This record gives sequence, structure tokens and C-alpha cells, in this order.
Amino acid sequence: MKLYLKIWRQSDAASQGKLVDYELDNVIPHMSFLEMMDTLNEELVLKGDRPVEFDHDCREGICGQCGMMINGQAHGPIANLTTCQLHMREFKDGDTIYVEPFRALAFPIKRDLRVDRSAFDRIIMAGGFISVNTGQAPEANGIPITHEQAESAFDSAACIGCGACVATCKNSSAALFTSAKISHLAKLPQGKMESRKRVLSMVKQMDEENFGHCSNTEACEVECPQQISVLNIARMNWEYSLSSVLKK
Amino acid sequence: MDSKKGASTLMRKTLMALTGLFLCFFLVIHLLGNLQLLLPVEQAKVSFNSYSQILSGNIFIKVISYILYASIIVHCLDALVITLKNKKTAGKYAVDNRGKASKWYSRNMGILGTLILIFLVFHFRDFWYQYKFGSLPKDESGHKDLYAIVVAAYQDWWYVLFYVFSMFALGYHLLHGFYSAARSLGLYHPKYVSWVRIFGTGYSYIITIGFAIIPIYIYLTQHVLWN
Repeated sequence: MKLYLKIWRQSDAASQGKLVDYELDNVIPHMSFLEMMDTLNEELVLKGDRPVEFDHDCREGICGQCGMMINGQAHGPIANLTTCQLHMREFKDGDTIYVEPFRALAFPIKRDLRVDRSAFDRIIMAGGFISVNTGQAPEANGIPITHEQAESAFDSAACIGCGACVATCKNSSAALFTSAKISHLAKLPQGKMESRKRVLSMVKQMDEENFGHCSNTEACEVECPQQISVLNIARMNWEYSLSSVLKK
Repeated sequence: MDSKKGASTLMRKTLMALTGLFLCFFLVIHLLGNLQLLLPVEQAKVSFNSYSQILSGNIFIKVISYILYASIIVHCLDALVITLKNKKTAGKYAVDNRGKASKWYSRNMGILGTLILIFLVFHFRDFWYQYKFGSLPKDESGHKDLYAIVVAAYQDWWYVLFYVFSMFALGYHLLHGFYSAARSLGLYHPKYVSWVRIFGTGYSYIITIGFAIIPIYIYLTQHVLWN
């Protein structure tokens, strides 16, 4: 396959970026999108150019690092997929592919396709934990919980923090990410005890990081590699209103 | 950071939901009253004019009307604050195909809302202002003849078209707005979420068709050219 690539190049956060054209021959349909990017970078290095920087880690679809906007869609044209799990067979020979970084006021670009998603870390640090000294591993059946409840909590906990929800949101809202973390802990007996305080501090941090409002378009759920449900957002809204009213 | 002072993003959306749902409730009452216009001419005239007279004299309705004005203003101002903030936070792409992941009307609530607001300016001027401050003719029973004003307004085809178009803007606004409000207020039980979505869709269709049919019906049956 031969591809025409238009890739966002930006040398640092302060500078102006632009789309740069590249042509790439010998792309194999079985390659993952990241392997295609590796191939391009190999060519660039051999030519003495600076390779395109992008985030990646596990390449198994579970770490959430490889965020890219491909042809104007988060993680490319397939719903519920990470970039590393997107394969070149989804494209045709001679296609032009636009590659841009995830964009949001809260996600400043560091270089090329690499963005700073530490705003997510600070939201977690604001309350996405259980503040007890756990000591040794407790007896697994010490706290009774139903299978359904455990599964539901796990569905929320499956969020890998990739940022596709923010990237695909017209307002760059972090409602899906934040609500997944809040719901995951609120659904478990250990986390429930602090849920009132947690929701207030995590939402406060989310706002301070300059994420937008949630318009309930539900685009985030469509693009989320883990199919995190938008009902987590509803639960966060409920917990938040209740906690605001009951706050002493 | 400006979010430290004032309301949080979630509080602003809660306010949108509460004012929006009150307006949804008002639309039902408004439509039920207006359906009298579909009665045969003489009956419609008596019924509609006496209904208007009762409403304008009732203290309870007066209180509701002040809540209504407040809801419209707060809903608009809150939307403006939210939209301006979202404009600042949103990422902008050179190539943008994000629209494939959501419905067009869910992304354009602000534009649909603006169309409704423009409609409301005309709507208030032509009926609300006329009834409250204009010099209306009286009908046989001594009530202000609002019915005559309504029939006169719908004589122009472009005015009818403007009304019908605005009702479709309202319809799409409701189609997203109703269940979005339930989401913002925190309805997370999957069973009731799907019920609300079905109810909201039915509600939006009924409101849109109900309000759109009245000007069309009056134009077709009461136009001076063929009467």
C-alpha cells in the first residue's frame, strides 16, 4: 500500500505547529497504525530528519497511551478501539490520512502528537483513592459484595485514561473519565464511605483543569476503547448534587 | 482559574436541566390550551377567548408566569455562560470528523436555542404583548378577542412557514434536551434511562406536531382568500 500522510508537526508547546506531508510506500495491511508510524519514523531517521513523536506503551490496547486523532476521529475510524489496535487494512491503497494530536485546552501539546494528559492524574490525586492504611492483603471474602455489583464496579474501573473522551467531545469535557473513577469507587463498599467528599473534590479539580461542560452528546462512549457507559456521568451528577446539598 | 469562583460545570448544567424541564412542563399546558383553536370556528372563538380571560385573571397563573419568564431568562443566560466557557476549553482540529459519533442536534443545542429565542421575540410581540398591552377588539361575550388576532396572524403563508420551521427547531431541541436534562439531574438507572428516552422522544414529537399543526390548520381553513 502507498499512503499519503498529513501529520501534525510541532517542535514544542510554545511554537506554532502545522500539518506536514509525507508519502509512505510498502505499507503492509497487517501493520498496526503505530507500526506504520514506526516505518515512517525509520525513513525519517535514515534521512536525518527528526522522527514524529507520539505516545505509546503496551501496544495491546490496555495502557491508554496511544492517543491520536486520525482523519478527525479519536483513535481513527473504528469505534471503541485504541490506535495500536487499529490496523492498516482499514485503509485503502492511495488514501490520504490526517494525523493530529488529541486537542483540548487541558491537554497542552508537548511535541508533535504527544500531549500532556497529567490533568487526568491531578483529578485522580484530588480524590480517586481510598484513604485507609490497607496493611496486609485482606481476606477476599471479608467484605460481602454481589457478583453483579463487583462486575458493575469493574466496568467503570476499566477506564484506561486514554483521553479519547476529551478529544472527541465538542467541549473537551472530562465528564466520562472523572465519572468513571467516581462511580468505580462509589459502587464498592470500601470506596462508598468517602464518596460524598470524593465527588466534590474530583469535580472541583476537573473544573480547575479547564475541561468543558458535558453536553450529553454521548460521543465519548462511542469512541471510548473500553466502552465506558455514559451512565457513569449520570451517577456522578447525582452524587454531586446530593453531596452539594448534604455538605455540612 | 475562573472556575474557582462561582458555580461548577455540573451546577450550571443542573440549572439548565431544572429550567429546561420547567419549560417542557409549560409547553404541555400551552399546547393543551392551544388545541382549542382546532375546534369549529364559533366554538373555538368562545372557548379560546374565555380560556384566555380566565388565565389572565388568575393569581396562581400569574405566579407561574413569573417563574416562566425567569426560567426563559436563566436558561438563556446560563446557556451563554456555558457556551462561552466551552468555546475556550474546546480543542480545534484541522480535520474534524467527530460528528460521526453523535447526533447533529445534540451538538447544536445553542443554535437551535437561538432560533427558538428569535421565534419567541416574534411570538411575544404578536400575541403576549398584544393581549397584555394592545387594544384588542372584544368578542360577543365581552372577552378580549385573542382568537381574531391569532387568525389574522396566520393569514400570511411565510408567517405560517416561520412558525412551522421554529417548531421543528424546538422539536430537535427537545429531542436532545429532555433526556439530557434527566442525565444532568443524575438519572442513572438503566431501565428508567431508557424509559425517559422513549418518553422524551414521544413528548418531542407530540409538542412539535401539535404546535405546528395549528397555524397550518388555521391557514387552510380560515384564509380570507377562500372564505
